[in-house]
Amino acid sequence: MARFIAVRLARALLTIAIVVTFAFVVLRASGDPARALLSPETPAEAVEAFRRAWGLDAPLWVQYARYLFAVVHGDLGQSMRDGRSAIVVVAERIPVTLMLTVPALILNLLIGIPAGIYAALKRDSIADRLVMMVAVVGFTVPSFVLGLVFVLAFAVELPWFPSGGAGGWQHLVLPVITLGLGGAAVLARFSRSAMLEVLGQPYIRAASAKGVPWPRVVTGHALPNAAIAVLTIVGFMVGNLIAGTVLVESVFSWPGIGSLLVVSVASRDLAVVQCILLVVAAAMITTNVTIDLLYGMLDPRLRDLRSGRR
Amino acid sequence: MEALLQIAGLRVAFGGVPTLRGIDLTLRRGESLGMVGESGCGKSVTWLAALGLLTGRAKITGSVRLAGEELLHAPASRLDKVRGGQIAMIFQDPASALNPVRTVSDQISEALRLHRSMDHRTAVAEARRLLDQVGIPDAARRLGAYPHELSGGQNQRVMIAMALAGQPDILIADEPTTALDVTIQAQILELLRQIQRETDMALVLISHDLGVVSEVCERVVVLYGGHIVEELPACRLFDQPAHPYTRGLLAALPSLDAPRQRLFAIPGVVPNAAELPPGCPFAPRCDRRIGRCSEWAIELAPLDGDIRHRAACLHVTSEPPAGEVAAA
Repeated sequence: MARFIAVRLARALLTIAIVVTFAFVVLRASGDPARALLSPETPAEAVEAFRRAWGLDAPLWVQYARYLFAVVHGDLGQSMRDGRSAIVVVAERIPVTLMLTVPALILNLLIGIPAGIYAALKRDSIADRLVMMVAVVGFTVPSFVLGLVFVLAFAVELPWFPSGGAGGWQHLVLPVITLGLGGAAVLARFSRSAMLEVLGQPYIRAASAKGVPWPRVVTGHALPNAAIAVLTIVGFMVGNLIAGTVLVESVFSWPGIGSLLVVSVASRDLAVVQCILLVVAAAMITTNVTIDLLYGMLDPRLRDLRSGRR
Repeated sequence: MEALLQIAGLRVAFGGVPTLRGIDLTLRRGESLGMVGESGCGKSVTWLAALGLLTGRAKITGSVRLAGEELLHAPASRLDKVRGGQIAMIFQDPASALNPVRTVSDQISEALRLHRSMDHRTAVAEARRLLDQVGIPDAARRLGAYPHELSGGQNQRVMIAMALAGQPDILIADEPTTALDVTIQAQILELLRQIQRETDMALVLISHDLGVVSEVCERVVVLYGGHIVEELPACRLFDQPAHPYTRGLLAALPSLDAPRQRLFAIPGVVPNAAELPPGCPFAPRCDRRIGRCSEWAIELAPLDGDIRHRAACLHVTSEPPAGEVAAA
């Protein structure tokens, strides 16, 4: 187990290093922050001074070395727009984004998994077809389209909810639903097929043959096995949720990480973008490690693989 | 002796395609019955249908009476008591018939709690005793094991322990040794035979292995195309098979001591269940078929007045058909 954790940790650090390097190179290769931040009329000397001040005049590898040195010492640089520490700028947006993603994830799980299981248990019935039809619509419509439709329907035509911005709980309703529905649809489809796969296994028939009542066959024998496959998808979905947040925050002008990322990329606010990517990478890695640990709890076969038995 | 279980006119069809075409079978307390036939002949389906273990898409008609009580289309709550409690079943591939994420103890004690209303502690102690009984060494330590930590043979022993947990009157063993090594096969069969002797439980052994069946069972039924084509005492299986299909099966066994010769195979293939002819299902592949074979359904009839040996073939029962002419 200790070896398993050590390997995971090393892999996590490597992933973060790759993300940081990639972001560093792409951002600097794709545009000049001085051009993006300063107005076109800025005199050439002022542009030079800006570059010197932010260290942009040095060769790329020197900049990279300086950056890595700073990151290792916990310094992620300052925002070029307001001079504040990039960590502070990003950190104050994290809870704002979590206000969207956490309820959206819960919505995913609470709708997607039960719907999929229900459809599998009622296989080929009208209820099954209906659930799957809704799911296909749910995951083919992109979240920004869904968001715009919701704004038109429930903010403009029927003025029930605000069309954007942050504030009371009313502001949360539309973006959370937009973000949650797509994932719920994906999860419903996967839960259904995972459940069908498990229901076709010989041990399900064997459990029935032993006299276990059907509801307990489902909860005690089928679900624990289907959960293993569903867990994999939940891991993927957390990644999708982060990507979806960027779009949904833009549509609903929600002042979270996603909006900050869009603004920072447009203005080449290097330190902030890099900091966001670091946070996202760390979040993804944490999710994956958590899921790996949960696998071990759900599946005794994996537990043994890790501890090196059989 | 009164029949423990009586199956009459059992028919099963999947999506309109008949798989069982009227099975009549009785089982007496404590007897051992072998069921042989090729894949798809209906050996397993008979029992899955009897226990209500087929999906809703299967259309089942006929009658299955356990001690006089009709089981077909009985309410689920009643069937849950019968399954495991009166009729237990073990399956071909023990590794996949055990739940991979639950311990051996957990899976055996589940049956004990269901059928013998034991509390957790008593159930675990009894599970240990059952593992001992089916010959798993170091049973106490094996209780906490998961199926993937055990060998195929040990898993089948666990399945048998699980089946014994409900103290059933009938144990259906559906190809219990097919997935196992030959040496393990013999041990498992010996275990089944020993348990049957000790508990006075009826044993139904489903197999395509004629040797296995004749060794373990007293009585054998041979199935073909969803029909029982022959029923005979096991001791006669190798000496006096009557139905051309049973003879074909025996002829297809390679002999160890006879001089080397080409292996005999029954000509043709098992016909698709949807395309079986009216009349004798074996007629298209039979070298003794005559015109009448394909015309009407042929019933099981005693041979030479011996009701223990019956076959469904015009040629071997009652008086041989007059003017026998092999059809081209």
